[in-house]
Amino acid sequence: MREARSAREGPAVTAWERFADSFFNARVAAEYLPKIVDGFWLTVTLALGIVATGLAAGLALALVRSLGLRPLNWLIVFVVDLFRALPPLVVIALLFFGLPAAGMQLSGFASTWLALSLVLMAFAEEIFWAGITSVPKGQWEAARSTGLTFLQTLRFVVLPQAVRLTIPPLTNRTIAITKGTALASVVAVQEILGAAHAGVSFSFNPTPLTLGALAYLVLFLPVVVFGRWVETRFAWRR
Amino acid sequence: MTRPIIEARGVHKHFGALHVLKGVDLVVAERELVFVIGPSGSGKSTLLRCLNRLEEPSAGSIVVDGIDLLDRRTDINAARRRIGMVFQGFNLYPHMTALGNVTLALRKVLGLPRAEAEARGRAALERVHLADRADHYPGQLSGGQQQRVAIARAIALEPRVMLFDEPTSALDPELVGGVLAVMRELREDGMTMVVVSHEMGFARAAADRVLFMADGMVVEEGTPGEIFGAPRHERTRTFISQIERT
Repeated sequence: MREARSAREGPAVTAWERFADSFFNARVAAEYLPKIVDGFWLTVTLALGIVATGLAAGLALALVRSLGLRPLNWLIVFVVDLFRALPPLVVIALLFFGLPAAGMQLSGFASTWLALSLVLMAFAEEIFWAGITSVPKGQWEAARSTGLTFLQTLRFVVLPQAVRLTIPPLTNRTIAITKGTALASVVAVQEILGAAHAGVSFSFNPTPLTLGALAYLVLFLPVVVFGRWVETRFAWRR
Repeated sequence: MTRPIIEARGVHKHFGALHVLKGVDLVVAERELVFVIGPSGSGKSTLLRCLNRLEEPSAGSIVVDGIDLLDRRTDINAARRRIGMVFQGFNLYPHMTALGNVTLALRKVLGLPRAEAEARGRAALERVHLADRADHYPGQLSGGQQQRVAIARAIALEPRVMLFDEPTSALDPELVGGVLAVMRELREDGMTMVVVSHEMGFARAAADRVLFMADGMVVEEGTPGEIFGAPRHERTRTFISQIERT
């Protein structure tokens, strides 16, 4: 009985210790923390680049689409649907592994930035477009009846309302796509996941992955909280 | 009759296969208040919306204050400054204060500096008795107050003519009076007005002329006394007896 019980408890304690040693190993953590911090800043740079380019390009496409020029709109819808349908990793791979065959060499960083910017552009365009079309027709009519031009109406009356409506879905989509920066590890970018992965390979211990997960939390939790704040800040009483 | 401010001749409007306006004439003199009544679907709102080209007429001619609205070379945005419009649903900009609603076109269309635009905007709000609501958002105002802000937004541009598209239809009965009072003051100040509405009491008291429209045509027109007191056409009689019962 006694042996049996200790035999049962014994491995339980060892398993916990092994678990702690694997995921919360202080020595390994201390050794690889600087790499993860470097990866953190690389992820931040990459993410900011993607958000700036993707949202700006998405808004630009939605504005062009609002002009209502048929052939141009077909082209926009085609491009948007293309990048909404392709898995982001496939776009990254196409740019990184495919472009050299066409005589163009993009770094892993540039490939990821461009690929995820295109994907964010596609989703952002759809969201901005939905926002623009959800502004009641009467708003356009009221503004145009006072002599405002099409573009002035878009700029001062429609967009401010559209943007408010789009902030919740846009925030969610932006977070989802910028988290895709982890895909850059596939094309040898030492961002958080890449650095963590390298750490695991060198130390034969998964603790760097724990650090990586924490780094992602440090990065994205404030973004999520910021998104929440923006949502309430931009709400207005109807 | 002084010279016409609005001269619409033979206005047709098709929506696809639907023939909504079938050659309507409307001539409005300076300082005149013309009421347009008729059953829903008679084309009265469409006619009004053709007068500032929110709807593109399919045929006909429309001249407002000497400007040929249907001429391709006409700067429609410049023309619309002279034609104020008030909508059934108010259509205030929900993200701007009352003053912001009134000053937007003053600043962006007339190009007034902010201070000047705000002074003129406050004067316009004063005229609709809402000076104390300048900093309120539309959501913080009653329907009647919103409609008066919408009137202020239009008159701030000092238009030559005001178009009202069922201005009181979306209002609770107790809020109608305030809007009609503002419209009556505008009338007393000499504003030329075309009003699509079923406010018969107001029409009797303030209108110079009443047009009865049905099926995209003007069936008959005359003074309020003629139209309401002794309508010549059967359709007019039926319509007036119906709305007077409500």
